[in-house]
This record gives sequence, structure tokens and C-alpha cells, in this order.
Amino acid sequence: MSLEAPEPSTHADVGVTEEGLDYDALESLLGDAVIGRETHVNAEAFVVRPDRVANALSVLKEEAGFDHCSCVTAQQYEDRYESIYHLKKYDDPTQEVGVVVPTSVSKPASQSGESVYRTADWHEREAYDLVGIDYDDHPDLRRILLPETWQGHPLGLNYDQEQHQVVPLTEHANPLQEDHQEGADTMFLNVGPHHPATHGVLHLKTTLDGEQVADVESDIGYLHRCEEQICQQGTYRHQIMPYPDRWDYISAGLLNEWAYARAAEDLADLDVPEYAQIIRTMSAELCRIASHLLAVGTFAIDVYGDFSAIFMYAFRDREVVQNILEDLTGQRMMFNYFRLGGVAWDLPEPREEFFEKTRDFLDELPTRLEEYHNLISSNEVLQLRCVDTGIIEPEVAKDYGCTGPVARGSGVDYDLRRDDPYGYYDQLDWDVITEGGCDNYSRVLVRLREVEESAKIIEQCINLLEEWPEDEREIQSNVPRTLKPDADTEIYRAVEGAKGELGIYIRSDGTDTPARFKIRSPCFSNLQALPEMAQGEYVPDLVAALGSLDIVLGEVDR
Amino acid sequence: MSSHNQDTTGAQTTQEARMGEGVDDRFNSKLREAFGSSPFILTKFDSFMNWVRGSSMFMLQFGIACCSIEMMHTYAVKHDLDRFGSGVPRASPRQADVIIVPGTIVSKFAPRMKRVYDQMPEPKFVVSMGSCTCSGGPFQEGYNVVKGAEEVIPCDIHVPGCPPRPEALIYGIVKLQERIAKGETSPVTVKPYELEEFGDLEDDELVQHLADQIDEEDLVMRYNWAESP
Repeated sequence: MSLEAPEPSTHADVGVTEEGLDYDALESLLGDAVIGRETHVNAEAFVVRPDRVANALSVLKEEAGFDHCSCVTAQQYEDRYESIYHLKKYDDPTQEVGVVVPTSVSKPASQSGESVYRTADWHEREAYDLVGIDYDDHPDLRRILLPETWQGHPLGLNYDQEQHQVVPLTEHANPLQEDHQEGADTMFLNVGPHHPATHGVLHLKTTLDGEQVADVESDIGYLHRCEEQICQQGTYRHQIMPYPDRWDYISAGLLNEWAYARAAEDLADLDVPEYAQIIRTMSAELCRIASHLLAVGTFAIDVYGDFSAIFMYAFRDREVVQNILEDLTGQRMMFNYFRLGGVAWDLPEPREEFFEKTRDFLDELPTRLEEYHNLISSNEVLQLRCVDTGIIEPEVAKDYGCTGPVARGSGVDYDLRRDDPYGYYDQLDWDVITEGGCDNYSRVLVRLREVEESAKIIEQCINLLEEWPEDEREIQSNVPRTLKPDADTEIYRAVEGAKGELGIYIRSDGTDTPARFKIRSPCFSNLQALPEMAQGEYVPDLVAALGSLDIVLGEVDR
Repeated sequence: MSSHNQDTTGAQTTQEARMGEGVDDRFNSKLREAFGSSPFILTKFDSFMNWVRGSSMFMLQFGIACCSIEMMHTYAVKHDLDRFGSGVPRASPRQADVIIVPGTIVSKFAPRMKRVYDQMPEPKFVVSMGSCTCSGGPFQEGYNVVKGAEEVIPCDIHVPGCPPRPEALIYGIVKLQERIAKGETSPVTVKPYELEEFGDLEDDELVQHLADQIDEEDLVMRYNWAESP
């Protein structure tokens, strides 16, 4: 609840020293599973034998305290396939380590990490789907984003994009036909992919026992629009930046752009002027407010009913934020405002008008928030629906790699803005919000209270910007016209997006486009935890749990 | 008149306040005045039906991607699409007249969208919103992206933009209403991708390869990425 980092846990933290991680100590911990070492920009990585993956991961998790498997990246080289497990600690995300698992081209199979980190389940399915690596002992290795009948693995090197594909409609199982799945009392029910409560195009295969959810399985991929392929085709300097806006499209554009900007700037070793960092911090927090408002508004729809007052209130306030952002960036939603090394342009002239407009919004916000609290958090109906429903315990949340308001609603004190500082956050006075309820109610409360914190940050940024000397307003550093980072440089960097840890893995091959561009989406991991929250609950609580996760399918499917 | 209420409190009821004094003339609207003394108008039945259709459209509550956020803003306060008689979102396709297609359509979703469209009752209209539904937009080169909604269902109005502003969407919908009111029909469009039974597909290598995975009677959509426009 403060800027102080939480107390380190009781793990035996092998290799933790004053100067950073002692990777040699970690390597000796892994023993003969390690067959090499790689140096990535963010951390060292151990090359591990494909048949010892679970063992190596389990040692790193249990004995060295790496309890957060934030991402699994798969890629194909000319001579091998490779899976990289990016591990971190929830207590201190600056302590990172990579586990690289090479496999042969002829038979790309390695051991699954699912038994160690639950979150690896979906990540490995995605790796199988898009790149074509097999994972032994994986409980359920099927395609996840593309249809079951898809031919080839599109992010592999030999994929023919022009071949025909046949997509069947069979997944629309007739609910009456599949009536009795186990025993006499269960019923199969499709929710989605076109359903108002799924916030987009998500398909939930639910098995009901009476009115309770016996089993729920998310079927995703209805908005898989090849973001990674498109980014791999674009040049670093300008062609990639428009796309992050479209991952998490709920006005969180600038937060996403920052994820790419941070990864690429660290990869190519670019500086960002302080003035630009303040503008970035301010505008990103405006985006966070807009995003949380929509989350709260649509959650109210899910819980109360069709197009209710709260939805209209939230959209009224979003319009104000969008107007401010439009003044700044020229666009309501797809901002494309950040540049590598800074931002596109300075604040709009006359600056006083912009400051006044933003201040008016901030001054109004406490009253608006009070109104939200009256309508939402102190509303008895909502409390009955949300308190103690959709429970996810902190340890389970960590196992699934949950981040953002979902983790913080379960009391996991993890916020990259404070724990892995970037931008101007570490110079400002604000708090990380956590709630210990672990239920739907806590998650909504976290979002509402984070809006207050964001407002605090924006206000401080405005004060700084207002007093900044006119001749020192440097908005971009000197960036080469064509960026060509050194060949085989690898980096995984994350920022705190609206939904949680939004990470980017980039591998460069010496050209002006990335060889591999992997997006670690917070919604992808958060959604994976849905069965834990919904099983045994009533159907309406499933909908409430889904709403409180605040997923956006553009980011889940990418 | 509820004299009982007046006896106890002396205050007006809501109903009394609405009725006002004197003769009840709530139903004598401006329109009625325009008709004059006769309560009848003379018009062709078709024109009347078209005018009715264009003036009261139910939208399908159908969100796909980024554009659906701007679509929600169009429905919500400030832009309030309902002012134009066309903004009541219906969650079921069986109750909807118009489907706004707001976002990128990918291979897995196209058959489902076609199914939703088929479930809407005639006459039905389609507004394709955003560049993705015009051509695939920024994702046109993706291996999984259908190059526009028109590949799957016929479209009446295209609203380009990424995403279009709410004003642009309102303009597109009002244009559609005008066209419906005038009785104009949509141009016939070519749809390369249809739902068909697997057994009816041309028997080539791919179909033979998939034969043990898909039943003969299953509906499938076959994508020809090389030849789609």
C-alpha cells in the first residue's frame, strides 16, 4: 500500500546479492541440466536440456524463488526450435532469469513446464499452435488460437501463407444433443462467441450441474489477427508503433505503446529525455483512467443489466478523457503518439488551455468517484453479487501468472510501475493499491481506487510540465533514421498495462525488422484463471467473474 | 382524478401534473396538427412501410474488436444514436434489423458471423464499420485475417476509418436509413466465402487430408487466401 517494496518472502533466495543476481550460483543449483549460457539484455539465460525442463523450472521456483513465469516464447531458427521461459519473482520483478530450451528441427519436442507453472499450459499450447513445438507430458496439447483443422504453423519458417484452409462450424455443439455429459444431471452450454457478456468474441464451453458451473473451458482465437506476424514485418522506427494501440484497444493505447517503446529502446540503447518521460507518464495514466472506467461500466452492465446508468456515467467520463487525449495526440483511440526516444510532438498550444482542461477533469473526478462508489461499491445488490464470489487465492493467482488489478485484488502486491521503475513513476508520490478480498468485489474496488492514484500522478505531471523551462522542452532524443540493433540481441521487457504486466520479447537479426516479436498479454494469463474462479459457482457468478477479470479479446488473441 | 390523494396531502400526482388543466390533449401532437382535421393520410403502402422501417431500426449488439468501443460510444451519452430512431441494441439476432460489423474478421470467426447474420429476420441490413471490414485494414497481410466483411456477408454501407469516429458512424447509419426510407435496394455483391457442407467441397489433397477430422455433413468455410481480393 505504499511505494516501499514489500518485505522479501521467506524463500531461500539463492544467488541474490547486493549487486544483483549471481547467475553462477543459480547455474550450479541446476547442475547438469544446464548445457550452456546465453546473455539477454534483460537477464542471463540458461540453456537447458529438453528432457530436464520441468526439473530445472521446479528447482528455480522452489529453491531460488522464481515464482512468476511471465511468458513462454517459442521461435524457429534455421537449425533449431527454441522455447524460452521468462521467469521473475513477484517480490522483485527486476530479478529475472531465462530458461532456453533448444530442440531439433526434425523432432521438435521438449518437456512441458505445465507441472511447475500452471500458466505454462496455455503458453505452450500457443507455442505449439503458432510455431509447432511439441511438449511432452503436456496435459492437453491442442491448437489454441487457430481452428483445429488449420494446416501448418504460421510463425514457423516454412509456412505457406497462400495455402487453402478449411474451417468447420462443428464447435457449435447442440446443447440439447450433448445433454448428458457425466452422470444424469449435467448440461452443456455454449456462451459465445457472440454474446453480450463475453466482452467481445470469446467462447465459453460450460458444463452446468443444475445452476452451478461444473466445468468451464475458454475457447479463444476469434480475434487472432496475427499481431506478432505484422510486427515482425514492420521496421522498428515507425511501422510497429501503430499496432500496440490495437492490442488492448480499450483506450489503453499509450500504455501498450510504452511496452513496445520500452523494449525497443532498451534493445537499441536509446535515451528518452526527461520531459518526454513526464508527458508519457501523464498520458499513459489518462489511458489507465479511461480503461478502468470502461471496465467498471461494463462490469455494471454484466451485474445489473442492460445499458444501465453506471455505464452511461462511465462513458460520459470517458468522453472527457478521450477529448483530452485527442487534444494531445490527435486521435480518440488509436493514438500512435509515442516514438522511439520520446513522443511525437509537444503538448498542444495554447498550453494553458490544455492544463486547464485536464485540471478541470481532475477537479471533478473526486465527486464523480464518490458517485461511482455510491452506485457501485456501496450498493447492496452489487455487494450481494460480488462479495465472496469468484474467489482466487493469491497463491493460485501467482501460479496462473495473474497480474494487474486481478493480482492486486487478491492481495499480491505487484506493480511494475513501482517494482521495475520506468518513465517518471519513481519520482512521483503515489501508492500501489491492493485489496485482500480475492473476490469480484475487490477487483472492482482496486480499479476504482487506482483511478484516484492515476489522477494523483497526472496532477503531479501537470505541475512539472507547467513549470518546465521553455528552452528545455526536449521531446525526442537523437535516434538513427534506420534502426538496426545488433544481430542476436534478445530482450524481454514489460510495463504495467491497464490489465497487468504487458511484456514484449524481441530478437533482432541485424536487419531493420525484428526476427521474433512476442507479446506477453496480461489478459491471456488472467483469463486462464477463470475456471478457478467460476467452478462451483452459479452461472451469473461466472459472468460476474469474467467481467471482473476485465479481459479484452484483442489482447488475449493478439 | 385521484381526489383521495388531494384530500390527504394536497399535492399533485405525477399523472395530474402531466395532464395539466382542461381537456386532455396529450395525443394531439405536432404531426396531428400537420394532418389537419382529417385523421387519414393517403400514401402507397410500400412507401409507408419503407418509412417505418427506416425510422425504427433495432441494432444487433455485436462487438468484435476496437471499433466496438467507438460503437458503444455512439450508443452512449453525448452521441446517443437513438436520437435518429436507430439505436436500440438487441442482444439476439432474431430481434435485430441491422448488424454493425465492428472489427477485424478472422478465419475462425467468419463462419460464426455468417451464422449470426443468417439468424436475423428479413429485411436485414449491414453496416460495415472500420477499415478491417472494408478490406482487412491494417491487418490485411495477416495469415488469418479475412479481407473484409463483404467476403462473407453482403454490406449496405461501409464506414472507413481506424476506427471511425462516432460522428462518422452516425453519418453512415443515417445514410442507410435514408436509403431504406427511399426504398433503395443494396447492390448485389459477390461473396467468395460461403458455408457449405464438407462433402460438397471439391475433392483435392487438403479435403482428403481432413476427411477423417470432419464429417461429410458438417458446415465448413473454405478460404482461398491467394485469390481473395
